[in-house]
Amino acid sequence: MIQYKPGKEPHPKEHRLIFKNVDRVDWDTSIERFLKEGGYEQLKTALKMEKKAIIEEVKTSGLRGRGGAGFPTGVKWTFIPPNNTKPVYLICNADESEPGTFKDRYIIYQDPHQLLEGMTISCFAVGANTAYIYIREEFPEGAQILEKAIAEAKAKGFLGNNILGSGFTLDIYVHRGAGAYICGEETGLIESLEGKRPYPRIKPPYFPAALGLYMCPTIVNNVESLCHVKHIIQMGGAEYARLGTPRNNGTRILCVSGDVVRPGYYEVQVGKVTMGEVINDLCGGLKQGRKLKAVIPGGSSAKVLRADERFNLKQPDGTMKEIGIEDIPMDFDTIAACGSMAGSGGVIIMDDTRDMAWVLNNLNNFYAHESCGQCTPCREGSLWMKKISDRIVAGEATPEDVAQLETIAYQIDGKTICAFGEASAWPTESFVAKFRDELITHTSTKKRGQIFNPVTKVAAAGLKKQPA
Amino acid sequence: MSNAATAPAIAAPVDLVNVQVNGTWMKFPKGMRMIEALRQVQVEVPHYCYHPKLSSPGNCRMCLVETGMPARPALGQAEVEKDEHGFAKIMWSPRAIIACANTVSEGLGIRTESTLTKEVRKGVMEFLLINHPLDCPICDQAGECRLQEFSVEHGRGESRFQEEKVKKPKNNRIGPRITLDDERCIMCSRCVRFMDEIADEPVLGFTERGSHTVLTVHPGRQLTSNYSLNTADICPVGALTSTDFRFSMRVWFLKETNTICTGCARGCNMEIGSRNDIIHRQGPRDNNNVNSSWMCDSGRLDFHWVNSERRMTEPTVKENGTHRAAPWKEALEAAATGLRGLQPSQIAIIASGRMTNEELFLARRLAAVLNIGAENTDILPRTGQADNYLVHADRNPNTKGAMLLLTPTPGQQLAGIRERVQSGQVRAVIALRENLLNAGFTADDLGKLAHLVQTHVMLNDTAGFANVALPSAAYAEKRGSMVNATGRLQRLNAATAPPGQARDDWEILRDLTLAISGQNGLYSIEDVFKAMAAEVPEFSGLTLNAISDQGIPFLETKETVPLLVREAERKAKGIIVG
Ligand SMILES: Cc1cc2nc3c(=O)[nH]c(=O)nc-3n(C[C@H](O)[C@H](O)[C@H](O)COP(=O)(O)O)c2cc1C
Ligand code: SF4
Ligand code: SF4
Ligand code: SF4
Ligand code: FES
Repeated sequence: MIQYKPGKEPHPKEHRLIFKNVDRVDWDTSIERFLKEGGYEQLKTALKMEKKAIIEEVKTSGLRGRGGAGFPTGVKWTFIPPNNTKPVYLICNADESEPGTFKDRYIIYQDPHQLLEGMTISCFAVGANTAYIYIREEFPEGAQILEKAIAEAKAKGFLGNNILGSGFTLDIYVHRGAGAYICGEETGLIESLEGKRPYPRIKPPYFPAALGLYMCPTIVNNVESLCHVKHIIQMGGAEYARLGTPRNNGTRILCVSGDVVRPGYYEVQVGKVTMGEVINDLCGGLKQGRKLKAVIPGGSSAKVLRADERFNLKQPDGTMKEIGIEDIPMDFDTIAACGSMAGSGGVIIMDDTRDMAWVLNNLNNFYAHESCGQCTPCREGSLWMKKISDRIVAGEATPEDVAQLETIAYQIDGKTICAFGEASAWPTESFVAKFRDELITHTSTKKRGQIFNPVTKVAAAGLKKQPA
Repeated sequence: MSNAATAPAIAAPVDLVNVQVNGTWMKFPKGMRMIEALRQVQVEVPHYCYHPKLSSPGNCRMCLVETGMPARPALGQAEVEKDEHGFAKIMWSPRAIIACANTVSEGLGIRTESTLTKEVRKGVMEFLLINHPLDCPICDQAGECRLQEFSVEHGRGESRFQEEKVKKPKNNRIGPRITLDDERCIMCSRCVRFMDEIADEPVLGFTERGSHTVLTVHPGRQLTSNYSLNTADICPVGALTSTDFRFSMRVWFLKETNTICTGCARGCNMEIGSRNDIIHRQGPRDNNNVNSSWMCDSGRLDFHWVNSERRMTEPTVKENGTHRAAPWKEALEAAATGLRGLQPSQIAIIASGRMTNEELFLARRLAAVLNIGAENTDILPRTGQADNYLVHADRNPNTKGAMLLLTPTPGQQLAGIRERVQSGQVRAVIALRENLLNAGFTADDLGKLAHLVQTHVMLNDTAGFANVALPSAAYAEKRGSMVNATGRLQRLNAATAPPGQARDDWEILRDLTLAISGQNGLYSIEDVFKAMAAEVPEFSGLTLNAISDQGIPFLETKETVPLLVREAERKAKGIIVG
């Protein structure tokens, strides 16, 4: 029986695979502790397998990337050109910077060897002898924990030359990030790792699996995705695929923040719990006397869902079914069908005390600040949207400004180098579409045509309005 | 190349693909960038960051176009729907893609004038302008600004932007020759890539992020490269400007003349911008066999002397130890007279590797008329350091021509001539375009001469010793041809007229020959070329016109151009279009 720290016990609706050791009593990050728990056993199994067979298991498992896009991991691994003669790299994306997302850090801080084992198996499968953990700059201690874990694993022969006598060699390096959200975008990350500004690359031609780090084939996977690989080897792909729901297999960690009684992380089988269960069961419901207003289901970039929205969804048997927000099963496909995305698993709950103009402005602030500035629509559009939403919050906008704000978002969406363009546009697109009236109540029909947002005046002053 | 598909041939040859451009099926080489394919059929796609000689970051997004891929048979469906030409129906994508980095493929459709394309362009254009100063009337780029041009064509015509614009540094001297206005920068990164990929001095880069991004020079560094002015050329807006040229003349007043730089044996293809016989700027012209799209700063800026006070503007003759201005006829006669009583072995010709083929040919005729031997004929070699880019160690632009026409071993006779001047064996020297005091001769040597005839563009110390000094035309004031280091025959064209009474060298040489021998028959530079073609086998069959603005391969020299070699490598790797 695993014992968890008081108050940190998993909810019965959780299914702990990746977070099995998070918040455990008598648990630490040492390799000894990890080995006592059967650590690195899956590595031993994998090293005896054919590389192709490992990739097949991962494909069979149906694992989809937990970094944001939900792309099937096994399929991604097969994109390395078959006739490749260059070195192959694997990068663990530990930049975790999507607002509302806080899962990878617990793996790193509390269970680093799980990640190292998952990475080593993955590297073996894709033929990488060098791997990097690109860790967010704001996790300095996490970087140290990983460095120590790597040294331990090396000392025990799980890393380095000729791992466990298999002939397979792997070195893992920890690289600390550069304090920018865009460093989490895989091609921006690669540029940053190469020592440059994290300017994302155009695809085509720079698909990382073919032309990645140093123009060599490179697999970029999220921390959580790589951890799942260990469990897939342990359970077998087919068995793993039984977790969750069809096409949405396995478990995933939901990071719930906002207006619930118990915000936090919850590892659940994908699609086996609904939004309502997340809010009411896992998180203990909304705060006293509050009503649900909106949910951002998959990190700040995901489109907002309104509490009273109705979603008409196609069922597997071809019939249509109308559901409400609380009935949405938390899986990739359903959330996408509802017009948003499961993204990075960051679920942001907002109750009726929240001012949507303020929320949108807060998001726009983030994107204006984090746009790398490389491509025109995102660089210019994100700041423009922020400035208009600044004015909406400050009561200096007209109803036409709200309409204009919306057109700017669509002018960015789909026109940019990287997905940040959509990430920055979707909040505005969805908030304006779904809370237009509320935004307009902040406006007045003052005269237009004057110059707003002079640099001397802190335009974000309106942010103060929000209750604590 | 004609791209229109005459008959709907479905099976294109392996290297050609069928692409529908604005409704018409055409053929293009497989893998060609869409923007280049479209250019080939006169469809211009507006663009900023794309430059065929640089890598493609795809950052400006101006070249977004609507495209579609051929339909694929659905599951269980044998055939796809075909259009009337037999091509698979195109599935148009709601998402525009960039034409600069994407390539053409079989069955692709491109629409550059569709609603989607136009809307996207309008959007990108608006974004480019919202934080731009929009003070074209006081911007030096006006008239050749891509932002101005494309916004007229693709913009919305009025601004929706009500916020204060982002403020950035202005009037920033980032190097000895370049001034940067960051508010005008559209962050296309062309300059950054040029300094990194071509000039190998990656001192330019961006700091800050988002709309606050600032182009700047690396802390503690300056943009000092001898290729820095190319960044101002490729900057599509008025952000990077030439400190030398900025605000000296509105570009629409400039007359453009295609010629070549005479700063070294590279012979970079160049355009001179002049107005009323004053040169205001010089810049590179594309020539993929010579200088690609670039030129060095030193060559480009070496023109201020052309319009300077130090030009020789009238012929002078020395009488009783003092110089006086004289009409051309009299001066030429004086020059001839001084030569008349002398034996051929008493006369030497020191010509210049800066002379055109035509001039060198006439110098050769003059030598023949005077019966001057090879030991008394030479040019002055001029060397410096090669730079592994374009600048050649040979700083004479036409050594190759001189070797062919006048002296096969340039510089080998100079010492001998000087000895014979000192010993009194050589009594007269005809110095063409060279300052003998720079050619190893001392004032004492020159003082020993009975007769010194000199042609030159600038007043110089040799002129003080000359019995006859004849003012001639600068490179920008003449027509003619030269042979560069790689053996390419190239053409000079006249941008401005020579000052005062200065005359084109070929005319001076013709008239001098005439004054000595009475021979004539040459009325134009074309005549000179014709005579040269009749006499010198290498030129046979050629005319000055046939050389064209791009020059023609002429001599085999086995030399390569370092910069071009590297560009070819990048092209082979697909990094650049070339
Ligand atoms: C703006 C932006 C930021 C991103 N940030 C992260 C991040 O912090 N962590 C992450 O794992 N993936 C992030 N991604 C997604 C990565 O590009 C990439 O898809 C992912 O790391 C792939 O891993 P996966 O397939 O295992 O999900 C980001 C993407 C974008 C567009
Ligand atoms: S979309 Fe935004 S973040 Fe992505 S490359 Fe363009 S400017 Fe940078
Ligand atoms: S200075 Fe000019 S060339 Fe350089 S990035 Fe800015 S706009 Fe482009
Ligand atoms: S490399 Fe030589 S020919 Fe070219 S611009 Fe410089 S000096 Fe002139
Ligand atoms: S020209 Fe800039 S994106 Fe294509």
